[in-house]
Formats: sequence, structure tokens, C-alpha cells
Amino acid sequence: MAITFAASSPATVRRARPRGRAVRRTLTGWAFAGPATVLVVGLSLFPAVWAFFISRARWNGISPGVPVGWANYERLVSDPDMLAAARHTLLLTVLFVPSSIVLGIVVAIALNQRIRLIGFYRTCIFVPYVASAAATGILAGFVFNPQFGAANDVLRHLGIPQQQFLESPTQALYVICVIALWGEVGFTTVIYLAALQDIPRELVEAATMDGASRWRVFRHVTLPELRPVTVFAAVWQTITAVQLFDLIYTTTRGGPLNSTQTVVYYIYELAFQTQRLGYGAAAAYLLFAVTLLLTLGIIWYSRRRGSEVF
Amino acid sequence: MRRFHLPFSPWHLLLMPLALLFVLPLVQMVLTSFMSSAEINKFPPQLIPTSLHLEGYRALLTETPALRWFGNTVLVSAVSVGAHLVLCSMAGYGFARLRFAGRGVAFLVIIATVMIPIQLLMIPTYLMFARLGIVDTLAAAFVPWLASAFGIFLMRQFFLALPVELEEAARIDGAGTWRTFRSIVLPLARPALATLAVFTLLSSWNDLLWPLVAISDNHTFTLQVGLANFQGMRRTEWSQLMAGNVLATAPLILAFLFAQRKFIATMSFTGLKG
Repeated sequence: MAITFAASSPATVRRARPRGRAVRRTLTGWAFAGPATVLVVGLSLFPAVWAFFISRARWNGISPGVPVGWANYERLVSDPDMLAAARHTLLLTVLFVPSSIVLGIVVAIALNQRIRLIGFYRTCIFVPYVASAAATGILAGFVFNPQFGAANDVLRHLGIPQQQFLESPTQALYVICVIALWGEVGFTTVIYLAALQDIPRELVEAATMDGASRWRVFRHVTLPELRPVTVFAAVWQTITAVQLFDLIYTTTRGGPLNSTQTVVYYIYELAFQTQRLGYGAAAAYLLFAVTLLLTLGIIWYSRRRGSEVF
Repeated sequence: MRRFHLPFSPWHLLLMPLALLFVLPLVQMVLTSFMSSAEINKFPPQLIPTSLHLEGYRALLTETPALRWFGNTVLVSAVSVGAHLVLCSMAGYGFARLRFAGRGVAFLVIIATVMIPIQLLMIPTYLMFARLGIVDTLAAAFVPWLASAFGIFLMRQFFLALPVELEEAARIDGAGTWRTFRSIVLPLARPALATLAVFTLLSSWNDLLWPLVAISDNHTFTLQVGLANFQGMRRTEWSQLMAGNVLATAPLILAFLFAQRKFIATMSFTGLKG
């Protein structure tokens, strides 16, 4: 080959060399990007496609699977456990997302003040975000213990009757939402704080000079500037809420009386406790579809409201 | 904005209770880990232990392989962080600077995979790992964390923002792509690499769902799985549970206290990626 190249006319060499260089460039490029690409795609796209085939079979993972077409999906939409799980996930999401956004904005504004102890406050508020959800769940079981927990002690001091918290089917989901907020508000606070610090000072000063009250400055200058972050936070926190698992596993394991069994927890039980892999995969695909629709919905809504974040 | 300095800003009225609400449970966790069972089961609860009881830690270490779990978590996190730093920085550089066939498509596919939730992936990934024979090994816990779409994206964004002149100068001096990357670009990427390391450490250290699925052997558990499992059996051994919690959270909390800026930068970058 080398000889052929050397013997060819100058015109051929000129044409051949760029091609050789292009091949080398592509090889170099893939040598850099290839390993990570193969890992990421191989561990997501390939299993996702496989999961789809699993979702169209009845299979316990051991004996050969029986293809059942869309039967798993059809059964899911009328499965009372699935519907209850969907209700719990929805309730959790509807409570968690707006609360974490509002709290994030309020705490970020407070932390953006130049007052004493601000470093201390910031550290305290961010620390729970670093603690694992599993540890947080175990700790919550202690704090909300009906017999000797600190939560009931606080209620006692306030003269409020003692509560069952995580052991009550009517309260457990709300308590889990509060615990999730405790662990996640640090995150929304940080992104709002970063966004607040990016707002040009002149903008606020100009509005103040024009005689706008503090509330009006906040309402008409600060809030609109925060909108792109809010869209992002809404999407991110929706995904967080929908996928909440660790906290439920280490507090209630779906109980009491299935009152905290969310879709994600139900999928885990189906696939890894009762070995109904096909049914579990179908539930996971439904969850994926709904999350995707929710995400696109939020983005579509925010686009219509005129903020371009995605 | 404030024209004069009050000795006591009204913001304290909001921030002080809030800060205590966020930090006191963690303080109670640490203090409880040093209490005896008799002290813990009192109501009203007492916050401060009467003396330093080490029973919780002793029981945890003798009745469970907690140190082993701790070591497993350290290993899984170290491999994840190390692999992330190498693989994602290389891929990020490739996607940012090198022109090669298939680059656009590959990057698009990687970004699209972010949308796929773990719940969808865990069933086939478990089956895949079972066939590879790595279920119930630590490899099962770290293989999904060797590289991530987020890591590739983060590094690519960083390299795109880096002025290209330095690399061109290195090229003119005759350095190849690898040498340019290794000795010119990578040293400049330290802030991004630190962000990536913190992100990967947080995710791999705190992961529960995936190792819970992939590992069922008591000695191969990561710390989070071991604790969750231990809690399932000993719901009332609070001093042991809190001792385990301290073991599971203290390393990251200490790292956070020492490198708070880096952690906060990581969190806000995660937020600004949208």
C-alpha cells in the first residue's frame, strides 16, 4: 500500500492524504469519546429497548417468557394497586414540586441578604442535601417516632395532640413529603441563589429609583428574571418526586396499608419481590411515558409563557 | 440596598428557626449514636447524652460487617469518581474539540438517554449483569457509574468555553492530540473536574436503589444497602442505627464542610445545565 501511494501521481496523493487524515481523525475522536459513549449508551438505550420486549411478555425471569402482546399494559390501567400507586405518586408530586420551589425562592432571597451569621445559615440549610436519602429515612423514623420522637415532643410543647406520623395511613405520605423537602430544599435554594446573584444590580436599582416598592421590585423585576430557573426546577423536582424511592424504602416500605406505595415502589416490588418482570417493565414504561409527557408539558407551558430555557 | 445597618435584621427571624430545623435532626442523630438504649427510649426525649456511650458503635461493628460495607462504599465511590474523571473528560474533549464521523449523532443520543429513568433500566440491566456473572459483586454497583451523560455534558460545556489558542500553540509546537489534552487542557480543567468529582461522589456514595437490586450478599453490600437492610431487621436498635447513619453520612458532611464552595458550585451547575 505504501509503495502504491508513493508511486501514485501528485494529484492522487493530494486527494488520498485528506482521506487518510479524516480516517485518522475519526479514529482519534472515537478513541477519546468511544469508551464513555459505549458505556452510557450500552447501559441505557440497549436495556431500554430490551425492557420494551420484556414488557410484552409474562415472565418470572427463570422459566421461558410467554409473549402476551399489550396485555400487561391493558391490565395495568385497571389494576387497583397501580391506580392507588399512581394516586400516591401524583399527590406527592403535586405537594412536593411547588413547595420545594416556593421554599427555594424564599430561602434563597433570605440567604442573599448581607447580614451576620449568613455563612452559618447557609451551611445549616445545605447540609441535609449531602446526607443520603437512606440515612435521612432512618433518621426520620427516629424523629417521627410516635412514642419518643422529637416531633411529638415539639407538638406536646405547643399543646397539640400526639400524632402517629409514619405509622398512620392518612399521615404517612405527607410526612414523607416533608422529609423529602428537608432533604431537597438545599438544592432548589442553591440554584435560586445562583440565579439571584446573576440578576444585574442595575435592574433592581433602576426599579427602586423609579419609586417601585420592594414587593413590586420583587414581583416585576426579580421573579421574571428567575423564570428560566423555575422551569428547570419544576422539571427536575418533578422527576425527583416521581422517582422517590430511597426515602420510602427506609421509612415505610410502602405501608402502612399500602398508603405510601408509589409507582416506583410498586415497580420495585413487582420486579424484585414478586418476580413479575414483564408486568413490572410495563409499569416502568407507563411511568416513563407519563414523566416524559409531564416534562414536555412543563416546557411547553413555559415556552408559551415566553421563557426559553430548553 | 439597605441604607443603614440595623443591629438585628428581620431576616434572622426566618433564617434562625429554619437553620435549626435543618441542622438539629443531624445533631440529634450524632448525639443519639452516643446514647444508651435507656436514654433513647425516654419521653420527653433528651438531646444530650449523660455520658459518652459507645454501645451503639460497638454493637454495630460486632453484629454487622459495617466496616466491610464502609470499605465497599469507599471502593465503589473511588472507582466511580476515578473512571468518571478519566472517561468523561476524554469524551467531553472529543465532543467539544475533535471533528470525527458520527460525533453529532453520538452526542445527541447521549443527551437523549438522560430522559430514561432508572426504574425502566433496572430490570434489563439486572438480567444483563446476571448473564455477565457480575450480579452480587461490587462491579455490579460501580459499572453503571463509570461514566454518565451528565459528566460528558459537563466536561464538553467546559471545554467549549475554553479558549482554543493554547491548544493551537501546543499543536504548532508538535504535540499530538493526546499530549495536548493531557498536558495543556487537563490542567486547565481542574475546576470542572472537581465539580464532576463532587457530583459523582454524591451520587455513587448515596445510591440505594440500584445496589439494593444488584447485590443480595451481606458481605458485598454497600453501606446504604447494609443500613437499610439492618434497619429492616432491627427497627428499634436506635443507637446502632444512628451509629450506622453517622458512618454513612459523616464522610460526605465533613467533605462538605471543608469544601463547601466546591459542593455549592456543583449543585448550582447541576441546576444551570438546563
